[in-house]
Amino acid sequence: MSTDEDVQEQKATNRIAIGFGITALASLGLAVTYFVLGGQEQLEGSLLAIALGGLGYGFVQVAKYLLPQGPYVEEREALPSSEEDQAAFAADFERGEGWLSRRGFLLKMLGLAAGALGIAALFPIRSLGPSPGKSLFRTKWRRGSLVVDEQGEPVGIHTLDVGGALTVFPQGHVDVEDSQTILIRLSHEAVVTKPGRELWGPEGYVGYSKVCTHAGCPVGLYQQQFKKLLCPCHQSTFSVPDGAEPVFGPATRSLPQLPLMVDDNGMLRSRSDYTEPVGPGFWDRDT
Amino acid sequence: MIVKRLVRWFDERLGAARFVRTALNKVFPDHWSFMLGELALYCFIILILTGVYLTFFFTPGTKEVVYNGSYTPLKGVTMSQAYESVLRISFDVRAGLVMRQIHHWTALIFVGAIIAHLMRIFFTGAFRRPRELNWMIGVTLLILAIANGFTGYSLPDDQLSGTGLRIAYSVVISVPVVGVWTAFLIFGGEFPGNEVLTRFFVIHILIVPAAIAVLLAAHLAILVRQKHTQFAGRGRREGNVVGARLWPTFTAKTIGLFFFVFAACAALGGLAQINPVWIWGPFQPAAVSAGSQPDWYVGWLEGSLRLFPAWEIRAFGHEIPNPFFSGVLLPGITFMLLYAWPVLESRFTKENREEHHVLDRPRDRPVRTAIGVAALAFYAVLFIAGGNDVLASRFSVSVNLITNILRVALFVVPIVAGLLTFRVCKELAARSPTAGEPEQPPGAELVVRTRKGGYVDVDEPAKTP
Repeated sequence: MSTDEDVQEQKATNRIAIGFGITALASLGLAVTYFVLGGQEQLEGSLLAIALGGLGYGFVQVAKYLLPQGPYVEEREALPSSEEDQAAFAADFERGEGWLSRRGFLLKMLGLAAGALGIAALFPIRSLGPSPGKSLFRTKWRRGSLVVDEQGEPVGIHTLDVGGALTVFPQGHVDVEDSQTILIRLSHEAVVTKPGRELWGPEGYVGYSKVCTHAGCPVGLYQQQFKKLLCPCHQSTFSVPDGAEPVFGPATRSLPQLPLMVDDNGMLRSRSDYTEPVGPGFWDRDT
Repeated sequence: MIVKRLVRWFDERLGAARFVRTALNKVFPDHWSFMLGELALYCFIILILTGVYLTFFFTPGTKEVVYNGSYTPLKGVTMSQAYESVLRISFDVRAGLVMRQIHHWTALIFVGAIIAHLMRIFFTGAFRRPRELNWMIGVTLLILAIANGFTGYSLPDDQLSGTGLRIAYSVVISVPVVGVWTAFLIFGGEFPGNEVLTRFFVIHILIVPAAIAVLLAAHLAILVRQKHTQFAGRGRREGNVVGARLWPTFTAKTIGLFFFVFAACAALGGLAQINPVWIWGPFQPAAVSAGSQPDWYVGWLEGSLRLFPAWEIRAFGHEIPNPFFSGVLLPGITFMLLYAWPVLESRFTKENREEHHVLDRPRDRPVRTAIGVAALAFYAVLFIAGGNDVLASRFSVSVNLITNILRVALFVVPIVAGLLTFRVCKELAARSPTAGEPEQPPGAELVVRTRKGGYVDVDEPAKTP
């Protein structure tokens, strides 16, 4: 009666054999790719996919046509143990810990011992890093640091045209993350961005910390037309002529301004370090 | 014959024949959505296979070296050992690039499969008693998968991953009281820190994978103990499981699935370029570019950082900075809610007095389904916001406009989506009031066309001519 089934089975067997055969062929191809062609990732990926796909096809065909389909029914026995078993377990367990729970004093002492040892075990974690100390409050800028660009070349009053922008560092500390500063030339005359900063912007140069006060990305995009600095990460936008106050995005604080001066050779130098911590906020920032 | 002898040999030593036989006969209900968890499992296996290979070549060092490999555009450039070794894997190790790309693609699919699996469990109510524990293990696995994705993504020390690390550091220091110390202990000092790559390497290849493996084992053991849930249907009750046996049919099927998943990952790894770190360049602290997007499963956090308005709390000389709310609080609440969901729901439905083994149809639980869809919409808007700069340049509008629209959408879209879902559920449920029974008007009978062209009722099975 099952000639039909036999035919089906025979066809499935053929398909499975073809699937496995494809795997073997593709594997041969992988060998050729590796040894003869010296590797080629598109070929490797494709051949591997074909090899694995052949096996997958074969197995699915096996499951579908050569194996019992069911459906089978399995009864679900109750998950909870019997009440007696639960009670017996509790009794057995208490036999082991009764010495402790019956003696409140011992329990407290064990708690003390475990707590003390637990705390002692935490000490080595301290070795993972140095104390933050004041490191988040300071950068490498000092009184009189020579302003240099990313190649270490000193920056003078003629380096930038009005509208130009340049990433600068204190000399000797190029690429130090917290000292990166964006130097912008706003005009030919001294620029005052805020009261109290009368001397900070000589010859139209203003320097701001390039570390975004939101999440620390480099505030790298200077929109010359609008005189705005944009952080490409989260789009905080700072208005350059107004002391880099945030005008859009998640940043809440202005970019700290670097007090600049011009030395006798017409080179830019910093008057001091930043007067506030650079970069994103933290718990103790205002202390 | 040989099987019999082998069985006897092992059983005389282990006495496991009866137990293993029960396991072989375990019944797996058949539904396409039950494959999603398997998909995640197989991704994990592929990740280990390809990941072990990559560890043989990767150096997690920050020491600076001058590149002298076969990728000419970067010849002579100073870079970290880590970045240099990734270039070596990509250009000079035969089969290295395909392994790296398969690894990366599989990681992306891995997290996706876990989230799809979680959605299936959520919308069908499979987390209800007695499966609350396994739900919590599952949520932990999701967190671990994301953590391992992020640490792995950070290892090449390229420009993009360095930017990601910079943001992660800023998020950590935003935590009140302990943030700065924590960041210094993790990074080994102020950013960039010399230790972070070594540590992330150990976390990525040992600690988190080991934790995943242990929890995965517990996840599966509990599943075997509690047996599968199943959708309602003919002959399927709370008290039984209907489906294919583990051995041999399900085994063959699932091996087939494994190979198909691996095949898909291999095809992607070979044909679709992913994370070409040689284009991003080595990490330089002062460089960044627009269009810096993380891997997709971090997109919602990136979006949260971008959308959150310029708010923070300053009081008594202390500060709770802005990224704390968008980068710590939001994911914290997200995962807390996920952990708590089974308990929260049973508080309202009072349904945890008995066990549930038959799954809900989403339409039969309009409130849960609506909440789930609203939550998905919320995270979808955050995800989209993670690419607000890409959208802005694609549609040539200002990024400010996009951001403001998305800020509104973050609240409007979930509410609308939730209400709409509730409505659709009600309608669907009204159309097919009983779960599981074939959807047919009363009195109608199922009719099957025979080979010869005749028609018969299903009650009288068609005879083979």
